Amino acid sequence: MSIRIVFLGRLADLAGAPEREIAGPLDWPALVEALRGDLGEWVTGDKVKLALNGAVLADKAALRAKDGDEIALLPPVSGG
Amino acid sequence: MKDVRLLTEPFSPGQLVGAFTDAHPGLGGVCTFVGEVRGGNGIEALELSHYEPLTLTGMDDLAEQALARFDLMGVLIAHRVGEMRPGEPIVLVSAAARHRRAAIQAVDFAMDHLKSDAWFWKREKRDGEWHWIEPRPEDHADLARWD
Repeated sequence: MSIRIVFLGRLADLAGAPEREIAGPLDWPALVEALRGDLGEWVTGDKVKLALNGAVLADKAALRAKDGDEIALLPPVSGG
Repeated sequence: MKDVRLLTEPFSPGQLVGAFTDAHPGLGGVCTFVGEVRGGNGIEALELSHYEPLTLTGMDDLAEQALARFDLMGVLIAHRVGEMRPGEPIVLVSAAARHRRAAIQAVDFAMDHLKSDAWFWKREKRDGEWHWIEPRPEDHADLARWD
């Protein structure tokens, strides 16, 4: 079992796939480290929000994910 | 009555609104907005993606907010996801009320929030290539009207 990372919007293009599995446990610095190569500044920037198991995190640094969890990376939503 | 739907297939606005209206006997008015995929500028298709755990929940919250804020008998919010062609309906908001102003304002309120505050990501195909659509400053200004 591992942690499922879901990429939304253009992040799926950058990551090369809509999701990826990473072995847990994972905190914020570890997630940044794991994704920086593909997503670069997107991961660390303010614009991308993070959801853990369907709940948006107010503070990304508070991320604590374990095997079986799902993390979604949410870029800004598109307007009209 | 609250009716919130995320649709993966084309829908008929008339059918949805007809059933919604029938469900509210005694209403004084129904206001409906239907958004369609805009054509022109070489646009061949629009694709909407969403995130299952957040998108429908967010739309449901929005419907609750509209019911709490305006004097409504019911509200219907339906949104497409997937790939669509110009001219296809993409979103429908309908509000039923005893009096017109609540219905009109509720639809305006819900549309401003759906446009800028709902979990949808859009890309359009122009002349054979996909382009992601970025947020526009106007969307945030539209949202600020309701603060």
